[in-house]
Amino acid sequence: MAKIVVDPITRIEGHLRIEAAVDGGKITDAWSSSTMFRGIEKILKGRDPRDAWFFTQRFCGVCTTVHSIASIRAVENALNIKVPTNAELIRNIIIGIQNVQDHVIHFYHLHALDWVDITSALKADPAKTSALAASISDWPNNSTTYFKGVQDKLKAFVAGGRLGPFANAYWGHPAYKLPAEANLMATAHYLEALEWQKEVIKIHAILGSKNPHPQTFLVGGMAVAIDPDSQTALNADKLIEIKRLLGKAKEFVEKVYIPDLLAVASFYKEWAGIGGGVGNFLSYGEFPQPGSGKLWLPAGVIIGKDLSKVHPVDHQKVAEYVDHSWFEYSGGAGKGLHPWEGESENKYTGPMPPFQYLDTDAKYSWVKAPRYQEMPMEVGPLARVLVAYASGHAETKAAVDGVLKKLGVGPEALFSTLGRTAARGIDCLLIAEETPKWLDQLIANIGKGDYSAHNNEKWDPASWPAEAAGYGWHEAPRGALGHWIKIKDQKILNYQAVVPSTWNASPRDAKGQRGPYEAALVGTPLADPNKPLEILRTIHSFDPCLACAVHVVDGNGSEMVRVKVL
Amino acid sequence: MGRTSDDESTEVVEQHLDFSRILKERGVSRRDFMKFCTAMSAALALPAAYAPRIAQALDEVKRPTLVWLEFQDCAADTEALLRAANPTVAEIVLDILSVDYHETIMAAAGHQAEEALANVVKEQKGKYIAVVEGAIPLKDGGVYCCVGGRAAVETAREVCGGALATVAVGTCASFGGIPAAAPNPTGAVGVKTAVPGATVINLPGCPLNADNLTATIVHYLVFGKLPATDSLGRPLFAYGKRIHDNCERRPHFDAGQYVEQWSDTGHKKGYCLYKMGCKGPETYHNCPSQRYNETTSWPVAAGHGCAGCSEPMFWDTMTPFYRRLPHVPGFGIESTADKIGAGIAVATAAAFGIHGVMSAFRHGDESEGAKED
Repeated sequence: MAKIVVDPITRIEGHLRIEAAVDGGKITDAWSSSTMFRGIEKILKGRDPRDAWFFTQRFCGVCTTVHSIASIRAVENALNIKVPTNAELIRNIIIGIQNVQDHVIHFYHLHALDWVDITSALKADPAKTSALAASISDWPNNSTTYFKGVQDKLKAFVAGGRLGPFANAYWGHPAYKLPAEANLMATAHYLEALEWQKEVIKIHAILGSKNPHPQTFLVGGMAVAIDPDSQTALNADKLIEIKRLLGKAKEFVEKVYIPDLLAVASFYKEWAGIGGGVGNFLSYGEFPQPGSGKLWLPAGVIIGKDLSKVHPVDHQKVAEYVDHSWFEYSGGAGKGLHPWEGESENKYTGPMPPFQYLDTDAKYSWVKAPRYQEMPMEVGPLARVLVAYASGHAETKAAVDGVLKKLGVGPEALFSTLGRTAARGIDCLLIAEETPKWLDQLIANIGKGDYSAHNNEKWDPASWPAEAAGYGWHEAPRGALGHWIKIKDQKILNYQAVVPSTWNASPRDAKGQRGPYEAALVGTPLADPNKPLEILRTIHSFDPCLACAVHVVDGNGSEMVRVKVL
Repeated sequence: MGRTSDDESTEVVEQHLDFSRILKERGVSRRDFMKFCTAMSAALALPAAYAPRIAQALDEVKRPTLVWLEFQDCAADTEALLRAANPTVAEIVLDILSVDYHETIMAAAGHQAEEALANVVKEQKGKYIAVVEGAIPLKDGGVYCCVGGRAAVETAREVCGGALATVAVGTCASFGGIPAAAPNPTGAVGVKTAVPGATVINLPGCPLNADNLTATIVHYLVFGKLPATDSLGRPLFAYGKRIHDNCERRPHFDAGQYVEQWSDTGHKKGYCLYKMGCKGPETYHNCPSQRYNETTSWPVAAGHGCAGCSEPMFWDTMTPFYRRLPHVPGFGIESTADKIGAGIAVATAAAFGIHGVMSAFRHGDESEGAKED
């Protein structure tokens, strides 16, 4: 048996390290470790709760809106603030396009190179590539000339001898199965998606100044002013531009992403039997409808891959463990703490750098181990889609059944690396098709003369109770995200985020139960331990986001020293 | 880079890829290229006449290597790069800069990735550009950020120490940023503090405006030297002027017209956000002119105040974000602001509502007969 290390895991957000035990060409055990820590929640203590979204937004610049949303929802929940219809719809549009853009970037720029061998695209016949592309989609860019042009560019790049970001990869690895033509098609779309993503995300700039890190969120609403008769506010021009961009987003997902996903997946069906993971799934649900607050995508918990029963979610059942994480609880080891009671002090006990291996029997990660009813949970598009599917959500059911039929597999195929990657596409398609409807509702509401985007009633902290506690949930692209806050005397007393990649990248807990990445890697075949392409496939299928995952909650009581200039 | 004598000795043929050829291969017309050069001269605050000179300098580029290191970061500067303003050509600029290491985009992983970085440091000493994103934690032997089992500070010293120049992108790499906010749990600092001997240009912003990164590199290619900076290491072409002095809402500040509440009449009419906590009066950055996402917008234009994100330690000095700055130097307008703000906010709002006055925003409205509220 050998122990291999992949550090850094690239094409993700953040710093992730995987150590894996390998025996007989298969992974027999695995350990997931995050190697970066900032302590933002410690920094939040004592600050104005209305500023929290701004700080937590910096958990991550890839899923750049999600912590803002969860944060303002947590404060609004604590203070019982109702958000105006326009603000709710604008948030849904911002969330919608974030999901769509993020999923496409993930598929093409972070995940595709695990399945697509770019060097093989050089050998493709452009005419055959054109025929292949035309057989799966009526996307306009599918002529022989077009693919020849892409191939020529690629040839010139390779002839230059310096492959830049494509150097030193696992090209030619026996696990690459796509024909040259499919590789060329995917490479062309890799480049097209790069152009597309910066166009469609301008919706964030129109509504919220810029992307990444839109600057527009407010406790109680949004900072965009609405007035069709003002050139500085959200007016007809801007609404129509958003409509155009949402159309462009939807078209690309329908005509490029989904056909590519299905084409690639059909060559890798064996991956429907690999990378299953923990088999428990959690989704908080998303897209509140203005007025009713009813969620478009349902919340729920699935246990042990049993799709016949969806359990309701109770936030009191969430607890975090630190038995294998570099933190220390004052009450001792072996117990989990609910986020409101969450406490922790970072205490590094790993090897001093430079190091070869972590001591995986002891503590080995900056990520904590969140558990739901003491069970590890997978979160993300697969969880979201499974919960909706098992709940009988009509649009999801139709989309999932359609994809399964096209691939000729049953629902059990979803519990896998391939299933995770396919579910992300389904999730993206559903949201891309739904988001324009929220824009239509927004336009209709503005048309009725409602220009408010903010509820000012409790903007002044003097109007708040002396103490308050709340939580905010959000289905981020990478899954169930929760922020918990305690407010005292108008300041943050305690703040904790339990984020998607904390669930998925979690190390073992007090009982020694593996986290989802770790569980998914066990049993994965490895053709060449020196080129662990298969590890990348399964880990990337979760779309890791590690800067988000690592955080620390400050324990109640410790006095914080603040630099105050104002 | 085009003008260093080292390049004369470069024997690698592929390094002599010239920009025009790459443009042609990429299907970019000369006209598009010149448009890009004009945009660059604008970003650099140069007269348009400089565009041909920028074009000439780029033509001579010999594809220098760039390595991009990520430490205590959130990858927003990387994402900003993906949204760079003049997309087609910005990509090419990055292409001709052979990006040999960038964790978020590179195909290789693990030791193959680290090998790519080691090769650059060994084989191109003194010739490559290092870009750093994220802060560097110094506390407790650097255990708070390790990549490939190495502490960030060690990697930074080696890579930035051997670089031709280091560009710190974003406020974390420039000044420590959010991890360095009080109580700075990990002892986070910017690159210049972690590697005092390195030549560092700071491009703060949260995240940085990628146009400023492109412009910094172009500046070097055109003038053969790094851009002049202020005392904080920020290029003057991008950080030489106060946001407040270039703000499109400045006339409203001067006229004493303020947003008093989110979604109020003043907010809809684009009044000054000073009372809502805007930090423009104390922030140096070219946001009002350069804007973001291909000049689509910037925070003040979209209705939210500036947060001062290009200033050192803004997480401590500019917060609470919604409290207005106590002193706005140079204009003595404070008394006016107070007069309007003190207790008569409601009256002011009512006045706007009833009379729909203020010639300033009447001009702002396109239609002559804009309906009075």
